Order: sequence, then structure tokens, then C-alpha cells
Amino acid sequence: MADHAEHPTGTRWIWNIFWLLLIVTAVEVGLGIVKPAFLMNKVAGTLLINHVFIILTLVKAYYIVMYYMHLKYERKNFIWTIALPALILIPYLTFIILVEGGYMGSITLQSIPGN
Amino acid sequence: MATQASVDQSNENVWGGGNRPLGASYGKLMMWYFLLSDALTFSGFLVAYGLYRFKFESLWPDPDAVFTHFPFVHGEYPLIYVALMTFILIMSSVTMVMAVNEGHKMNQKGVTVWMLATILGGAIFLGSQAWEWYHFIVGEHGAVRFEDGRMAKIADADGTVLSLHDIVHGSDTPHDHHEKFATDEVIAAFKADPSLQLLLPGKEREIINHKSALPLVENSYVVQGANMKENEYGHPLFANFFFFITGFHGFHVFTGVLLNFIIFVNIVKGTYQRRGHYEMVEKVGLYWHFVDLVWVFVFTFFYLV
Repeated sequence: MADHAEHPTGTRWIWNIFWLLLIVTAVEVGLGIVKPAFLMNKVAGTLLINHVFIILTLVKAYYIVMYYMHLKYERKNFIWTIALPALILIPYLTFIILVEGGYMGSITLQSIPGN
Repeated sequence: MATQASVDQSNENVWGGGNRPLGASYGKLMMWYFLLSDALTFSGFLVAYGLYRFKFESLWPDPDAVFTHFPFVHGEYPLIYVALMTFILIMSSVTMVMAVNEGHKMNQKGVTVWMLATILGGAIFLGSQAWEWYHFIVGEHGAVRFEDGRMAKIADADGTVLSLHDIVHGSDTPHDHHEKFATDEVIAAFKADPSLQLLLPGKEREIINHKSALPLVENSYVVQGANMKENEYGHPLFANFFFFITGFHGFHVFTGVLLNFIIFVNIVKGTYQRRGHYEMVEKVGLYWHFVDLVWVFVFTFFYLV
């Protein structure tokens, strides 16, 4: 395969990323159980702790896709054909749908589920 | 493989059709584009979950109050069990990278061992998920659902959630998760003890005191566990999304285990050794890592946020 020459050799890099994923997950679980007070205020529509969770999740996703799925070692144009649609469509969908959900919440009579 | 040399020599002619402009085989490309479309599907589901969660914020259960079990341990331990499931899946991702790594070295024995470990990891994950679904369906505390569709758990004066068992039989007798309670006995027990209050499922933990709870409880009925129509945890859509999204992910894991097994049989038979490369292991590996990737997001949006 093209660019295989750049691949890290040996198994050390695999375990390095494993530890990274494990530590990030442990931090998430720790924060989720302890819920430190300074992260429990609302910033930009949701709790600060949720922003932290989302950023940590994206960090994990980056390492899984780039290293475990070897995307980093593919051709540049290949990487962009995968990354661009995901990076444009997913945040766009998330933005419009969640804004809509917030609005629906503000006008819905909360006491009648299912309607 | 063979393309490496020609790619380097005719770099300016990359789009001329003489070589592969994306520098990857057809199978690998198609696996990637399939995964891209699958990623969009899963984002659609998770975003839909977000939409209804925002819409019904006060009735949407706090995940900390839903997933609290751990095998062989009594008491409430939010997040620990899902963290274990996450660990299992990350671990099986590692063994998959190891298998791919051994494949590059054409080490048949190495690929066999690591692939088997990956299949085992997937199977353990599926088993853990079955266990979690089981407890989700059976339920823990039970709740009452009012005429207007809202629902609440019963709590003591401090706001600690009590199970239906606690208020009907008292909290000092052993707890049987499968006991079904009649609406009448629960209402009678609630009325008899003025220290009992109602707790709404949302993160704000709104409390309805005993006096204002009485007219609501009068026309309510008991909900235990979860199904597609209602669940004791909160808004009915919560369980629907839980079953659908974790179910769809579990279906992916199951398919992944199946594919891994087919590839495993071929590895053992020496098919890839004769072919001269283990690219099939890489392709199925891409799928397997994707399953792990989706779980990372499901973990965040179902259990953490």
C-alpha cells in the first residue's frame, strides 16, 4: 500500500494509544461519578462538564480513526474524501436539530409526553 | 504492494488514469465509504435522541439514575459497568490492531491468535450488553405514571428514591426485582405514609411534596421496568431510543463478530498466506474499529451527558 513506509513499526505505538484511550475513558468516568462543582454550570446551552465529555470523546475518536484505522497513513486526498463529508455534515445536522429541539422544548407543554 | 513504485515515478500523472489516485485498493476504499455512510446514519440516530431529549427535558431520565447495576454487587454504581464494557471494546480493538500488525509480517500464527482474541472480546461485549438490557427491562425501583402522562419515582423525605418494594413491604425485607405490584397497594401505601414524596425523572430532580402528590397519585398506575410503550425511568421515548440505538450498535457488533469469524476461518485455512497478503484482515479490522468508534459516542451521549 502507498505510504506504508511511514508506518510506525513494532507494537509500542499500539499500546501507547491503548493507554491514551484508557486514561481518557477513566477521566470521563471519574468526572461522571464525582461531578466536580466547578464544571456544573451552564455554558452555551449545556453544562460545562458535557462540553468536557464531548471534547474528550472527539480526542478518542481522532486517535481511533487516525492510528487504529490507519487513516493518517493514507493519501492526503483519500483522507479528505472521508473527513470532509463527516466534518461538514455531522456538525451541521447536530446544530440545526439540537437548536430545533431546544425550541421545541421551550414551547412544548412538558407534561404531555408523546405529543 | 506493486503500485508503490509506479505512484512515485509518475506523480504528476496521478489523475491521468495510469494509477490509483487514492492509493488504496478498491475493497479498502469501499469499506471506508460504507463506514462514512454508517457514521452519518449513527449521527442521525444520536442527533434524533438529542432532539427529543431537549424537547422533553424535565421528563428525560438522568442516566446516572438508570444504569446503576454491577454484577454480583448490591447497591448503586453508576457508570462502572458501562466503563467496563467500554474497556472490553477498546481491548478488542487493540487485539485487532495486533492481528493486522502480524498480518503485515505474514505471521499466520500471530494473526490467528490475535483474531481469536478479538472475536472473544466481541462476544464478551455482546454478553455484557444482554445483561444490561435484561436489567433495564426488569427495572429497579418502579414508578407511578399519572393521567397526564408524566411519571415519577417515590422518594422519602430526604429525596432518596425508594422502590415499590420498600414502600409496600418495608425496606428491611429482601428485595425481589421480579415482584409485580398492583396499583392499588402502591397507592394505599403512598397515602398511608405522609413522609413520602414524588421525584420527577429529569436532571433537575424536581420534587412534588406529599400533599400536592395525592391527587396525581390517585389516578396513576404503576410502571415497572421498560418496554416499547413505557418505562419506569422517564419519558417513553427514552427506552425506545435506548433499545434502538444500543440495539443497532449491538447488531453491528454481532455482524462484526460474524465477519471476524469468517476471516478467522480463512486465516486458519491459510487462504491469505497463499494470497501473499492479509488485506482482508485490515478491511474487517476497519469495520471493527468503527464499531468501537460508535460505542465511544454512544457511551458519551447515552451514559455521560
